Amino acid sequence: MPLYREGAIVPVANDGLAALPLAEWLQAPTQAVALANTDQLDLLKTHLGRLKLIVLHFPKYTDGRAYSQARLLRGRLGYRGELRAIGQVLRDQLPFLLRCGFDSFESDQPGFGPALARARTLFSVVYQGAEDDRAPAWLLRLRRRDARAAEQIGPLAAE
Amino acid sequence: MPDTHFYRYDDFDRTLLAERVEQFRDQVRRRLSGELTEEQFKPLRLTNGLYLQLHAYMLRIAIPYGTLSTRQLRKLAEIARKYDRGYGHFTTRQNLQLNWIKLEDAPDAVAALAEVDMHAIQTSGNVIRNTTADHFAGAAADEIEDPRIWCEIIRQWSTLHPEFSFLPRKFKIAVTGSPNDRAAVRVHDVGLRLWRNPEGQVGFEVIVGGGLGRTPIIGKTLRAFLPKDELLAYLESVLRVYNRYGRRDNIYKARIKILVHEIGVEKMREEVEAEFASTKDSALRLDPRTIEAIAGQFAAPPLPHRPATVGAVEALKIEDRVFALWLKSNTAPHRMAGYRIVTASLKPAGAPPGDASSAQMEGVADIADAYSWGEVRVSHEQNLVLPHVAVEDLPAVYAALGRLGFAEANVGKITDIIACPGLDYCALANARSIPVAQRISNHFANLARQHDIGDLKVKISGCINACGHHHVGHIGILGVDKNGVELYQISLGGDVDFGHTALGEIIGPAVGADEIVEAVDALVATYLERRGEGERFVDTYRRIGAEPFKERVYAAV
Repeated sequence: MPLYREGAIVPVANDGLAALPLAEWLQAPTQAVALANTDQLDLLKTHLGRLKLIVLHFPKYTDGRAYSQARLLRGRLGYRGELRAIGQVLRDQLPFLLRCGFDSFESDQPGFGPALARARTLFSVVYQGAEDDRAPAWLLRLRRRDARAAEQIGPLAAE
Repeated sequence: MPDTHFYRYDDFDRTLLAERVEQFRDQVRRRLSGELTEEQFKPLRLTNGLYLQLHAYMLRIAIPYGTLSTRQLRKLAEIARKYDRGYGHFTTRQNLQLNWIKLEDAPDAVAALAEVDMHAIQTSGNVIRNTTADHFAGAAADEIEDPRIWCEIIRQWSTLHPEFSFLPRKFKIAVTGSPNDRAAVRVHDVGLRLWRNPEGQVGFEVIVGGGLGRTPIIGKTLRAFLPKDELLAYLESVLRVYNRYGRRDNIYKARIKILVHEIGVEKMREEVEAEFASTKDSALRLDPRTIEAIAGQFAAPPLPHRPATVGAVEALKIEDRVFALWLKSNTAPHRMAGYRIVTASLKPAGAPPGDASSAQMEGVADIADAYSWGEVRVSHEQNLVLPHVAVEDLPAVYAALGRLGFAEANVGKITDIIACPGLDYCALANARSIPVAQRISNHFANLARQHDIGDLKVKISGCINACGHHHVGHIGILGVDKNGVELYQISLGGDVDFGHTALGEIIGPAVGADEIVEAVDALVATYLERRGEGERFVDTYRRIGAEPFKERVYAAV
């Protein structure tokens, strides 16, 4: 299955990290683990530091459990390694996948690479915070308000 | 034209909407070229409001918290004329449905919506749907706080939520700010009820797992009091628990109500609170300046003092009996003396409930500009509401609505029927609903009789998915199919009023399409004979039980 990362519109070579299913991996933890979308994440906690790759599974693209897993791994457990989406991964999921912290993708859909190159800029505004550190609209509104207030205060303060 | 007195889009909102339209345009193009299969396209079109019905695509347009400016209503009329057959159907969830949209036109139709800051985002599909509110919000005399502020906050948070766009099933949220619940919060996936606790603080009662459909369940209280600034952190926790643990093996068991039912409300609470403990001190805690800025946009219009008692109105009440009836049933107390909330009935005798032509929509917009600060509401009873009408202007508004056919004095009465589109439009339906509603409506057309019968909610669904909310009708009618014959099952005693929320009970075997009017007539006759002083139909039913009604119905049919 072709593997994609941002920055190239063509598939990249697999780095050879073999991700083991969670049960096997727990026996002998390595640098890569593959989770089912029903797996509990607490079991990974103590080994997060050594993990370089976590693979999350979309059995169907309409099954959205792995989005929550991704956000918990990134936001709650602080995982910073590679987070890969496999299974039925289609280009129209990309804006959501990227926001939830995925950074590599297996997909055989034609046009996936070019779509990945554009996916982050498809929406220049987001309404809610997620794992991509984009400032949501409410925060930008507050910043703009503060900036305007500062502008108004500025000349007065100078006098 | 008057300024709007509800949330106004800024450049952030407009940019997102424009980008969404372009994304959808590209998706439709890829579908038309065959690049996307129907299976791949389906969730994409659904979350843009495009639903495949029996004869054509249907576009479901969101009317967030049921509030429309007249500019928006006129645009809806224009879109209905241009892309449909010149009429639209207002639904029980504050949406407008256009039933004859062509796929290739859909991107242009949503682009036209975006011109007036409207959209069809997340009106279908397994996502957080359009959040609904009390249709009297911001005007009702009994209101604690305007629920629309919170609906808008939820709208922004839930729009294109990256984590919750592929839920096990659809997810509906409703908010009420009044002790008299007009938003049916106990039959939603999440219902939010603003209330003032004994310490004087206003917060939310969070109700979870209610719903109608095939498995009707009354929602349970998950949190008795939630501080307002924790709303999004708490909702995100509920949704995360649902997204992870809701069933996905069976579409009929995938709603959150089944999860709550299967694990129990205590376990659900434990899971949500555990999640919330880790979520609440995050950026999801609402900044008071954000709340204040949004609340400020919902500030009531500067209503000038107007007389509460008007000689001409009193005189007309005596002179025109129908006007007097209309005042009683179609107007409600406003928070400010000298004003009333007017409901325009979209249920004239014999008409399909909730339908309005483009010309009628424009007519209502004209009336709202002249008499109601340019604002119109859509109710879940499928009527339109003029929220701020001066008592002095009531005769003029009555006359103007009458010219549109929307002044039927039947709001809350037996002919103010809720009905789903039924077999005439819907691929899921087993039986027709609209013709049944029309026949009942014609049979009970006499207004004096309707007012004598009093408040009576009749709700009709054409299949067990219950879009007509039959479970919570005082009289509920469910269309079923037995060997190719349309039959109608009758239930009694359903209610969504807060504190009385109940599901109706089936009284016996289903009756034929040609017997349904007689059956309803028998129910009404039983009530009229047995009612006590001041009792509504549902009160009498609660007191005497189903038996007397049953006997009469099955003797009649």
